Amino acid sequence: MRHRVAGYKLGRTTSHRRAMLRNMVTSIIMEERIETTVIKAKAVRPSVEKMITLGKKGDLAARRQAAAYLMTGEAVTKLFDSVAPRFGDREGGYTRIVRTAWRKGDGAEKAFIELLGSEQVLDEKRQKRAEIRAKRAEENRKAMEHADQEAQAQKDMAANESEGKTDSNENDSR
Amino acid sequence: MPNPKRRHSQKRTATRRAHDFLSKHSLSECPNCHERKMPHRACPKCGTYKGREVLEVDDKS
Repeated sequence: MRHRVAGYKLGRTTSHRRAMLRNMVTSIIMEERIETTVIKAKAVRPSVEKMITLGKKGDLAARRQAAAYLMTGEAVTKLFDSVAPRFGDREGGYTRIVRTAWRKGDGAEKAFIELLGSEQVLDEKRQKRAEIRAKRAEENRKAMEHADQEAQAQKDMAANESEGKTDSNENDSR
Repeated sequence: MPNPKRRHSQKRTATRRAHDFLSKHSLSECPNCHERKMPHRACPKCGTYKGREVLEVDDKS
């Protein structure tokens, strides 16, 4: 009896749910890790693992099946060329779900789901993000300094001008 | 219509509610930073879980 194994409905219609899961699977394959709620992570896990199994099969039929599910051709290429070969000696259990915190808006429990062995890729990504952030901070700091200087210059000019004005027509300034 | 026969005293209400309370979460200790954290979750303080799952933690603020 397959009682109580209906899976997750996630409060969506079938088409909405299917579209969302496909999007999520595609994202996981492309990004290695995504952040979502615990329930959604648990709901996509089987789909992700099925895709990786297809990737391990590696023949044309499997590739077409994967292409029919994944949203982008890019994801199919990545799945077959770089993701699936990583799991050659593993029979399932390709993903990891770790609970993180609670979402501020609605208190939903958040988690991330990632492909195993993605540590290196993720570290690189994190580093790149940090670099971009540092660069942006530097630019902001420079822009602020520049703005400060300009404001100062304008103030000086205004001061000079108002001095000149007060000399010529005192009535207007009062 | 059925109606209450007797006055319901404040004590009766209070006695019934004596067991209505929230219990504290059982917290575990983070093996990395020794902060108390929720079990089976990444540590919000240092961003680790089982040794190496590192989340991005604001270290500047």
